[in-house]
Amino acid sequence: MVYWSAMTSPLKRTPLFDAHVKTGARMVPFGGWEMPVQYTGIVDEHRTVRGAVGLFDVSHMGELEVGGPSAVRVLQRLTTNDVGALEIGQVQYSLLCTPEGGIVDDVTVYRLAPDRFMLTVNASNTAKDWAWVTEHGSDAAWRDVSGATALVAVQGPRAEGLLARLADTDVTRVRYYHFVRAAVAGVASIVSRTGYTGEDGFEVYVPWAEAERVWHALLQAGAGDGVKPIGLGARDTLRLEMRYALYGNDIDETTNPLEAGLGWVVKSAKGDFIGKEAIERVRGGGPRRKLVGLAMVDRAVPRHGYPVVKDAQPAGVVTSGSYGPSVDRSIALAYVETAHAAVGTALDVEIRDQARPAHVVRTPFHPSRVKKA
Amino acid sequence: MASVPAELKYTKEHEWAKLESNDRVRVGITAYAQEQLGDVVFVELPKVGAKVAKMKAFGVVESVKAVSDLFAPLSGEVVEINGDLPKSPELVNQDPYGRGWMIVIKPSHAGERNELLSAPDYEKLLAESGH
Repeated sequence: MVYWSAMTSPLKRTPLFDAHVKTGARMVPFGGWEMPVQYTGIVDEHRTVRGAVGLFDVSHMGELEVGGPSAVRVLQRLTTNDVGALEIGQVQYSLLCTPEGGIVDDVTVYRLAPDRFMLTVNASNTAKDWAWVTEHGSDAAWRDVSGATALVAVQGPRAEGLLARLADTDVTRVRYYHFVRAAVAGVASIVSRTGYTGEDGFEVYVPWAEAERVWHALLQAGAGDGVKPIGLGARDTLRLEMRYALYGNDIDETTNPLEAGLGWVVKSAKGDFIGKEAIERVRGGGPRRKLVGLAMVDRAVPRHGYPVVKDAQPAGVVTSGSYGPSVDRSIALAYVETAHAAVGTALDVEIRDQARPAHVVRTPFHPSRVKKA
Repeated sequence: MASVPAELKYTKEHEWAKLESNDRVRVGITAYAQEQLGDVVFVELPKVGAKVAKMKAFGVVESVKAVSDLFAPLSGEVVEINGDLPKSPELVNQDPYGRGWMIVIKPSHAGERNELLSAPDYEKLLAESGH
């Protein structure tokens, strides 16, 4: 049997580390952090989020603030989406790209004030992103607040009711991809209607030292809702069913936004930005491969790196794969040659040297229930 | 600590073997193994009639997060497989020593059974690895 690898190098811990261990979480190394992969079990936790409400400790994510009169101009150059369209109190999904059009990171951009923004970045990319934005955006004042900022995601159909009971502001009026400043369990927080699960819910930014207080208050106040802590294992199956990209698996510096299906956050009309020329070249000719959703015919599980074949010829590669608890089948994201990317195309995934039948399906695999209004 | 029934034999790779008769050894994975794996979603077993070799992979068990080989405790021929597992792989989690069994082997080398771990040996192995 192969188990989660033992920890060797010193790993960083979130302010909720002790709480996780006390709850009986299984801790694993992830992006340089010691994080809970599961508490009761991945499938149970997944269903808790789809059916009730779950709490995620995502304090490992990085937060970079940028301010000053040139902040808008600097972000327009660094990111692919149009920061100019972002209102104060609004959040935007965006990308940092290389001049070659590869993806440095996928981020969310918060407009805190006319001239002040926060970027939430992937944990494993925080140091790289910091170097990137301060090098290519040196005209603005940057601050890495990751070490002071904990992040708790509250996700599921009962998230709104739970958070509403603990917040001093009416969070039910916060629209999708918007945020408010509120006290949650008495702790000054940014309450953002965003998430990585496909359910309605919030991400709550709190001071590092107050995270445990907020975490326990949510667990206590949500007991009647069936709230549970949720590990990275279920976070991955939840996001996969939504086809949300995972940096390092589905996107990286060798993939461009168009083949990844992220063309909707590339706003070339806004003006120049790093990577624009390369991305526009791809747009002109059309991407030679596309990230598609695959549904397996049998239950064998496709995983990152498994080859995709069409009539025994190489056709692509799996970037993420798992059993999807809500769809009750094995699913995957894979880059396949554009000729084989149409919905309904029959392909095979090579699993342990055996061709296993699959077909290209529409995504998300499971209907999204995020609050769009 | 995960349960380790006294009447079973074990491998260091966390399979159990139940010596039902000279011709029948039932095989599965231990409670500890299924706990470590988490939710089992797929079990790939050999066909009846296949030959298996001691401590060589005879199949695969997949959980949501991981894929692991299954090792044969003994050499021999597969005479029965658990037909419930394709539809209900969760039986491996729910009842690892019962309805979650995997295959029955007809041993070809009688002496090999002496090399299996006893329940106390296996418990010691778990304790030494910090469980």
